[in-house]
Order: sequence, then C-alpha cells, then structure tokens
Amino acid sequence: MKYLSEYRDPEMVGHFLKEIRQTVTRPWKVMEICGGQTHSLVKNGLLSLLPQEITMVHGPGCPVCVTPINLIDKAVYLALERGAILCSFGDMLRVPGSQKSLLQAKAEGGDVRIVYSPLEAVKLAKKNPEREVVFFAVGFETTAPANALAVLHAEREKLTNFAILASQVLVPPAMEAVLADEDSSIQGFLAAGHVCTIMGTSEYQPIVDRFKIPVVVTGFEPVDLLQGILMTVKQLEAGKYELENQYTRMVQPEGNPAARKVLEQVFEVIDREWRGIGTIPASGYSLRPQYARYDAQHKYAINFAEAPESEECIAGQILKGMKKPHNCPQFGKKCTPTTPLGAPMVSSEGACAAYYHFAQHEVMVEE
Amino acid sequence: MCLAIPGKIKSIDLLYDGTVRMAKVSFGGITKEASLEMLPQADVGDYVLVHVGVAISKVDEEEAQKVFEYLREAGELDELEIENCSLSSIISHTAS
Repeated sequence: MKYLSEYRDPEMVGHFLKEIRQTVTRPWKVMEICGGQTHSLVKNGLLSLLPQEITMVHGPGCPVCVTPINLIDKAVYLALERGAILCSFGDMLRVPGSQKSLLQAKAEGGDVRIVYSPLEAVKLAKKNPEREVVFFAVGFETTAPANALAVLHAEREKLTNFAILASQVLVPPAMEAVLADEDSSIQGFLAAGHVCTIMGTSEYQPIVDRFKIPVVVTGFEPVDLLQGILMTVKQLEAGKYELENQYTRMVQPEGNPAARKVLEQVFEVIDREWRGIGTIPASGYSLRPQYARYDAQHKYAINFAEAPESEECIAGQILKGMKKPHNCPQFGKKCTPTTPLGAPMVSSEGACAAYYHFAQHEVMVEE
Repeated sequence: MCLAIPGKIKSIDLLYDGTVRMAKVSFGGITKEASLEMLPQADVGDYVLVHVGVAISKVDEEEAQKVFEYLREAGELDELEIENCSLSSIISHTAS
C-alpha cells in the first residue's frame, strides 16, 4: 500500500540502524509516548536491533490502558442495568472493571457492540429510535475530533437517544507528569505522530524548554521510528534539546485547523483521572455544558466512586516507564491477554500485551 | 488506538443538504467510508490519512519523498566511501 509499505522496507531499516550505531557513543533513555509506537517497535523486532546503549522506555499513550475503572463499571452498568446499546472500539471489551469487563457484560446478555467509528454509533441510534445508544468515547487527541463529530451529527439528526461516555485524554500533560516524577530518567521523547496531525507541534515547545529535553514528532512505521530515534540520539549526542518533526508527510506545524475548531466547539479541558497514574491537571476533554445532553454520565446521572486497582497489577509503573512488563511477577503467569489483571495486557497498544505476543525472546534474554 | 491508515479517495458523496462530505476511500483494494469534514480541501484522487472513519490529514506527497532523497544521498556517500577505500587499497597494493 502506498505511503505504508515503503516505510517498512528492510534496506531502509538497515540503513537507519547503521546510522544510529555510528552516532551513539553512550547510553540514552528515550520514551516513545504512544502505545501504537510501542506496538510497532516490539512487533517489528526493532528493540533487539537497536544498539544496547539505547533503551526505549514505553510511555502511557494507550487510551484503553488509562481509562479509569469506574468508567468501565459505568459502561457495564449502562449495558446491563439500563438496557442501552453500548458501542465501543474492540480494544475496550476485555479490560477488567471492578466486577466485570464489557465482554462479560455481553456474555450476560448486555447489548455490547464493537464499532469501527463513532459515526457508526450515531447511525445505530438513528436506526433504533426506541433504544438508548451510548458510545464509549475513549481516545487521545487523534480520536477526539471523531467523537466530537459524532455529537455534532447526532445534534444535526435531532437524536435524543444518543450519548457518549467520554474518556478522552491529552498527551502533553502526561509527558509533563512523567518528566516531573523525580524517579524519571527519560532523556528524550518520540512524540505521537497522529496526535500532532490534529494538534500540531507547538504545544511541545514549552516541554522542550522547561525540561531541556529533545522531542521528535515521529510516525509509526519501522523507518519512521528509526529515523525518529536517530534524530533524538543526534540531539542527545550533540547536547542539544529541540523540537523536531520526523513525520512531515502527515504533520503540519499548525495541525489540522478544522479538527481543532471542532474540538474547541464541543469540548472543554478538564482535570482527568488516569488509570494507574492518578489525576493529571488539565489532561482531558469533557463535553461543554451546551452539549451536556449528549454526556452519558450527566444524562443517566451515574456517579460511581473510583474502584481500587488489582493489588497484583503494576500497570502504573509500566505506564510511567519505570518497569518493563516482564519485571512484573504476574506477567505471563496469572496475567495473560485472556485473563488480564490490568489494562496494558489487554489493548493491542498496551506494553504488556505487546511483550506477551511479540517479545518473548527479549524477556528470556533479559532474564 | 491512534492507528490511522493512508488511502486514496475514490468518490465523494454529499450528506445533510450538502454540508457534510463523505468519501469512499480505497486502502489497497478495500474500500471504506470516511468523513471529509476535517479536510475541506481534499478531493478525489488525493491520499488521505483515515482514523476511525474520519480523514484527518492529506498526505504531503513532497514531504513523503524526503526520506528517500535523504537515503539516496546517504547511499551515494556510502558508494563514494567504498570507491575511496578501493582506490586507497589499490594505491597501497601498488606501493607495496
């Protein structure tokens, strides 16, 4: 496929690996913020091809992983107790709530449906006027415009049976939270390409300046990731800290103006709870008051307290990059993708799931 | 979650009295619908990046070529190095 397969070319991968090896002279710790990048790095075996001086630390950029337990409980409640058609991206279904997952709710007769797009959920609401339809709106800045469009489409259709259960989080505050943690040893960042496709690059400059750390906006294919790592390592070796953009074919400095306008119209920035991490100030989106009728929590007046995380799950330390998945005593034993203790073992972008599926050899090498 | 795939716009339909443009986008032969509301300039034949049913960016074709140019230049430099090496080995052979 054009603009995809050429960025997976083994010869180009080899070239960038060679250039990285020629550039690096000492150990560096670089965090890729986005779970999609973690998935690609691990799936394509890039971690074991990088020189040993470079440690890639996996960041909290997995929206499914950081969705609070109480929101999953609310989704389960809407499906089982309120008879709603609960629409969700497939990744969310196995994530454990405090009592059960959405998949278990479906097995118990809940009408839980996997959709490809939030706009499909609006179509379902139009087709089923006698039913309440709720879309579980999980995502980062990349996904938020589609969630906003769903609300605008529902408004245009004058639907009264559609709402979203919003769990929308923002990347820059999470990067600041990671860096502000005194145990953090991250020296460079690959910023999430598709988040920047929407938001542009300027909101990362204050992070570069405040923490004196290189940030390179990077894509998702092997060639993108290696070029992003090379650009970061070149800066680190030269003692520089700048904002750079590797992913220029998809990211304009100003982002996508139409998408940003829709976000501004529909959402406001709020403090947000991140599963495993805690509350991060100004790190999420909630519907503006004029769209409150599309906010499932408001509409159905559901207010559950946050439930405690499984004591055996170290997801918080994994998401902040302080531990690797196989450092968890339960990894691959009590916790597997079919019997997950925590969210990072469920989502395809969760670091634990990526290591479980694709990096067993690395686990063994380190052990 | 932030997975987005580039595809080519095959056709465009107008919805809601022409206020919303929906495209048929081909991804290597598989066609899916995508909203063009975030890309007012996108047209049939353009490559766009699609995420959960919404096109979020037009592929900048000029920028997409840059990595290949970078590598071509680097490749030419490599070849020069090889030529230099073989030249110096010839010289050293001749000298010995």
